[in-house]
Amino acid sequence: MADSTVVSDQQRSGSGQTDPSRGTYIAVITNRSTTLVIRGFMLFSIGVFLALVLNLLQVQRNVTLFPPDVISSIFSSAWWVPPCCGTASAIIGLLYPCIDCRLGEPHKFKREWSSVMRCVAVFVGINHASAKVDFANNVQLSLTLAALSIGLWWTFDRSRSGFGLGVVIALLATLSTQLLVYNGVFQYTSPDFLYIRSWLPCIFFAGVITMGNIGRQLALYECKLMSEKAHQD
Amino acid sequence: MTVRERLREKISAAFYRHGLLCASYPVPIILFTSASILACCYPLLRLPLPGTGPVEFTTRVRDYTVPSHEPQGDLGERPDWYRGPPVAYIQQVLVKAAVSPWDSTLVPVDVFRSPLGRVFSLLEEIRNHVHNDGSGVRSLEALCLQVTDLLPGLRRMQTVLPEHGCLLVSPGNYWQNQRELFDSDPDLLKTVHQHEPKGLHTSATLRDLLFGVPVKHTGVSLYSRKRVVTYTITMVLGSYDARFLSSLRARLRQLHPSVNCSLREDHMVHVHFKEEIGMAELIPLVTTYIILFAYIYFSTRKIDMVKSKWGLALAAVVTVLSSLLMSVGLCTLFGLTPTLNGGEIFPYLVVVIGLENVLVLTKSVVSTPVDLEVKLRIAQGLSNESWSIMKNMATELCIILIGYFTLVPAIQEFCLFAVVGLVSDFFLQMFFFTTVLSIDIRRMELADLNRRLPAEAGMPPPKPGPLRPREAPPPPRPSPYTITLQTPAFRNLRLPKRLRVVYFLARTRLAQRFIMVGTVIWIGILAYTDPAGLRTYLAAQVSEQSPLGEGGAGGLPPHLGGASVFPGAGGDPASTLSVLPAPAEPTPLPENQSQGHHGAPREGVPHQAQAPPLVPQISWGAEDEEGWRRLSFRHWPSLFSYYNITLAKRYISILPVIPVTLHLSPREAIETRHPQDTRHPPPPSLKTNDLPADLTLYKVAALGLAAGVLLVLLLFCLYRVLCPRNYGQNGVAHGRRRRGDLPCDDYGYSPPISEISPLLLRGHSMDIECLASDGMLLASCCLAGQIRVWDAQTGDCLTVIPKHGLRRSSSSGCWEQRDGGGVFDEDEGYPLRRRTTPRPALFEDQPDLTPLIDTNFDSQPPSHLLLTPPRDGFDFGGLVERAYLEHEPPSPGLTASYPSPSPPSGPPPQRRRSLGYIQPPVPQGQGTPDWESAVWAMELRGNLIAAGRSSGKLELWDAVEGSLRCSNEDGVSGITALAFLNNRIVAARLDGSLDFFTVDINKPLGLLQYRGDNIPPSPCYSSEDVISCQLTRSVQCAHQKPITVLRAAAGRVVTGSQDHTVRVYRLEDSCCLFTLQGHSGGITAIYIDQTMVLASGGQDGAICLWDVLTGSRVSHVYGHRGDVTSLVCTTSCVISSGLDDLISIWDRSTGIKLYSIQQEVGCGASLGVISESLLVTGGQGCVSFWDLNFGDLLQTVYLGQSSDGQGVRQLVVLNNAAIVCDFGSELSLVYVPSVLEKLD
Repeated sequence: MADSTVVSDQQRSGSGQTDPSRGTYIAVITNRSTTLVIRGFMLFSIGVFLALVLNLLQVQRNVTLFPPDVISSIFSSAWWVPPCCGTASAIIGLLYPCIDCRLGEPHKFKREWSSVMRCVAVFVGINHASAKVDFANNVQLSLTLAALSIGLWWTFDRSRSGFGLGVVIALLATLSTQLLVYNGVFQYTSPDFLYIRSWLPCIFFAGVITMGNIGRQLALYECKLMSEKAHQD
Repeated sequence: MTVRERLREKISAAFYRHGLLCASYPVPIILFTSASILACCYPLLRLPLPGTGPVEFTTRVRDYTVPSHEPQGDLGERPDWYRGPPVAYIQQVLVKAAVSPWDSTLVPVDVFRSPLGRVFSLLEEIRNHVHNDGSGVRSLEALCLQVTDLLPGLRRMQTVLPEHGCLLVSPGNYWQNQRELFDSDPDLLKTVHQHEPKGLHTSATLRDLLFGVPVKHTGVSLYSRKRVVTYTITMVLGSYDARFLSSLRARLRQLHPSVNCSLREDHMVHVHFKEEIGMAELIPLVTTYIILFAYIYFSTRKIDMVKSKWGLALAAVVTVLSSLLMSVGLCTLFGLTPTLNGGEIFPYLVVVIGLENVLVLTKSVVSTPVDLEVKLRIAQGLSNESWSIMKNMATELCIILIGYFTLVPAIQEFCLFAVVGLVSDFFLQMFFFTTVLSIDIRRMELADLNRRLPAEAGMPPPKPGPLRPREAPPPPRPSPYTITLQTPAFRNLRLPKRLRVVYFLARTRLAQRFIMVGTVIWIGILAYTDPAGLRTYLAAQVSEQSPLGEGGAGGLPPHLGGASVFPGAGGDPASTLSVLPAPAEPTPLPENQSQGHHGAPREGVPHQAQAPPLVPQISWGAEDEEGWRRLSFRHWPSLFSYYNITLAKRYISILPVIPVTLHLSPREAIETRHPQDTRHPPPPSLKTNDLPADLTLYKVAALGLAAGVLLVLLLFCLYRVLCPRNYGQNGVAHGRRRRGDLPCDDYGYSPPISEISPLLLRGHSMDIECLASDGMLLASCCLAGQIRVWDAQTGDCLTVIPKHGLRRSSSSGCWEQRDGGGVFDEDEGYPLRRRTTPRPALFEDQPDLTPLIDTNFDSQPPSHLLLTPPRDGFDFGGLVERAYLEHEPPSPGLTASYPSPSPPSGPPPQRRRSLGYIQPPVPQGQGTPDWESAVWAMELRGNLIAAGRSSGKLELWDAVEGSLRCSNEDGVSGITALAFLNNRIVAARLDGSLDFFTVDINKPLGLLQYRGDNIPPSPCYSSEDVISCQLTRSVQCAHQKPITVLRAAAGRVVTGSQDHTVRVYRLEDSCCLFTLQGHSGGITAIYIDQTMVLASGGQDGAICLWDVLTGSRVSHVYGHRGDVTSLVCTTSCVISSGLDDLISIWDRSTGIKLYSIQQEVGCGASLGVISESLLVTGGQGCVSFWDLNFGDLLQTVYLGQSSDGQGVRQLVVLNNAAIVCDFGSELSLVYVPSVLEKLD
């Protein structure tokens, strides 16, 4: 999906600032960076997979257009979209537990894999709705999606830090999408808000919440493992 | 908030009553629910089944007009899709050609070469046909469907499919519609075949498209029997012109009359295609379904502590699914027709409705007290969760109602379904799932009841074995004292490599995963390479939307002929290579091509006329009338999809075919022959002409048979490798298996399976109460108070304390003193003095205490370990003292000469004690002499036995000499547990206090005269040492209630008490570090080892793992119904046994239950871990060894012949891989076989 593409770019620019915190995160929670790498890789592959799948949804809807010169048409979108989405999701997924740790308020709400799966399903559903459902106008579409995204956050996250991070990342991602479109890397078939689609921030927000949820769950699992190991030692 | 509270109460009460109802009448309620589900789903029958098959509609040709877009009133059976012009009209010219009469000089290639060659002239004819009437001149060029580029993904087909022109396909397209290429082609079949896709394909192939008839009907084959070639020329027309078509039909018929053709030509068929689910839509769909299944999996995995997990998970899924069906059914009933794609929104509906309520219900019901009645449990569980369920449901309904006001039709419909689904889901949860749950819980209770009944009725419990569900019932015991070894035992031995490989495969399920991955990859490749599949679709999407022009091969101007696009010289290597021999053959029909439409191919007619009609090889039947029906229904969509024209939700009109019959003479066939045709094919072998057709069948059959035989052989070999040879006569040969029969590893090492006979240590007269060991020695204490010390290696009895024990009087049945000395020997603080004098001499004038023995035990509550305070116990000190005093007062000299072994700061009780038998306050109600208080706890370290008595006295005995070295009577409350670590002894008392003692060893100076001479020096404590035991600290209120468990390791002392808490003390300074709270019942088991892992189990069935360093709880699981009786940890797992006769193995790091072993009744209390993977449990008269990794029973060692009714209650694992267990009044020393030792 082109949308999450932009998340990735956003994240890459933002990752520079989060590096020191990641270092402390390693020191605090995991004593081994390998687990971090594994987690990052898992998040990356999840992101790539979701990007590919959701991209198909968008392609059916003819939302995005990539000029054939820019792309080497491996898939329907540019080759850089899935890796960027993967990177973005890895960074988000690592960032969320890290911020929880920093703030000292561990996320306790619905920490189960079934809940995470539910969250992912709802996220895909939001994408589905944005791609397939016919709305009367774009304002309605944007409002509906915004409500759905907030509902997603309320149902599965309910943490202030999650909300703040989601909003910030969504705004940044929209901005960078705007820049990309403005520079002609790709374009939308029917832009309604300065070159892009107005529902983009909502999708970004929902995606950030979802990836953060997955990342937290993975971190929780790892945390447990590490603490157990520490006890054995 | 009173309203809220009241509401809550009311809801709770209602749920309670409902739960009672459900649990009381499960069957009627389930029947009622099923009936209502069926009733609600009934309207679904009227919904059309989803499908993508095309729909047909037939009209007459004669009065055909293009249907208008607007529905024109009621037009009878006219379907609603029959509006507007079709995408295209399909006009097929069906050609049947044969060489006749067949000549024996002809080669098989002649069957189809010359008939196929005629296609070019036919094409020319059709293309040049012009109909001229008053309104104007019409040609095919004007009428046909003009196509542009092929899809970018189909560049490979550019040579054969027309581009930029009329869509006119025929077999001639293989040769770019050029006769020269055809004539110079040495191998026609190869040309045809080289465009076929490899592997399996679902959509129509190129061959089908060009020939227009199914492959097997074409007759283009070397083995064709009928020698009739059939093909079609398919014209796709963009507009319909009846006059042009009829003139073309007449023209062709005139040229090539079909004599016996009676095809109907008055009907045209309109075929409407439904929307197809393409790959691109399928992938997101499949993804949502995968996520859905993951959700269901993770949800139902949480169902625990029920009889049948699978059953309940199934019930949960059924609940959700049928609620959805009910929702759709109800909506349909009330007139709402679903317009959404059901398959697409279904996963989201499931996720919205969710399985959470069901899980919450299960958890709540399961966590109710086990001992309640089932009805009450269900009701209580329901009412506990009623408020949250109602709250959640109200919230969800609100959210969905908000969604309803978005006023987007699709979302509104979704919300409507979701609302109805939620309500019906609630209904089903309340009625269906609750009832199923009650049935499940009742089943569990019944099972428990069945298991517990024999023990309660006092009947002998069933033989060990049948109740073990995890493994095959052990074979009947051949003889006592033998070991039955089962096959899984090999796992624990040094396995042969091949078995290790197989086990590895089995454990990781590698083969399965490989097959799965392979299948997925294969399907992916299939989907990707399919010509109408994903790749072309995606490529089409890209190129279609690209605003920039397509720069590929589209540079060519629209060709008039429509097909002959030359991409270059390399387009068809076969044809270019064969250019050289081509000129050698004269092209026989140059004049055919030059003909105008008026000059009919006259040569064809004479041929036809010459052909003897008496050999009518070509017959026209009814099946030719609509030959396209035999094609795949994806034929037309795929043809159009190559040009990026979709037929989804549109229709095409298929016009009646134009039959063309061609008869060719053998001479013509020979003339058109290519020089390679004669030598290339094998001799015709006419008499076996029908054989080759069947040959493939035979080949397939033979191959299949061979493969089957191979498979059987392979399986047989595998079976022989894997299975023991005496698989059939299981149990007979087990005990008799010899070395040679066992599987050997590469080194020829065969595990010696010896018959282990447990060493029985006899000597105690009553049941053994305490058991302690330090690896070398073994101390046991029976109910009679006798302590025996055994050599743990040999099983010899080293010492008996007291020297002369009690024996049971056979006449009276009461306890009789064989020797009075025992009394004082035990009770005296300082036996050293007496040791020097012959004991009979000292005590011969002792009063006869036998009349004082009160055998009336009924008047007194039995001395129970936990419940009875010691003061009410058997304390006969006062009586003995009285009798003793009146019989013979103690000699003052003797008393005075008692040395004080402790420093002058000795505690006063000792001093008091030395003056006589002044006991701590003793109720004097019982008139029995003091024999002694029972030993409640015993520990053995080095050579010292620490014994804690019910009187609160702590004694230190020399294990080898059997002499009392030290005694301490600081406490008055009975010692319930002892821990002996280094030189410290910790004693837990019944009143909840905890005493820390220090054992000091001083070299004696002036006491040598009191010591016996013939005592060998003990390894740890020299017998010359004076050992004193000092109370260093007494924690008075360590616990509010009696301390039940006391464990010490790694410098920590951990106590567990009835007051639900666990306390951790430091051993050095007896300082309380933590009080661990977390259990909701008394602590019954504690485990701590050197690695500082601390596990505790309580009466609530919970097991907690603690961090000893921080005092935090690491994990908390409910593992047992009833008390946890025993806990052991290894480095990777925690093993617990409970009153429910279950041994559960937990993963130590995650707290996840790995598996559990159901034991027979009343024997699961004793556990021991011999090595990292070997668990030993005590059973009824037997000891079982288990493999911890697999949960398999390795061996069962039977301890005695009459094992029934005697369970192993205590089990100690010695260092040398032997185990000691009590067995009634005997001790059993079982050496674990040497093979098992090798594990470490």
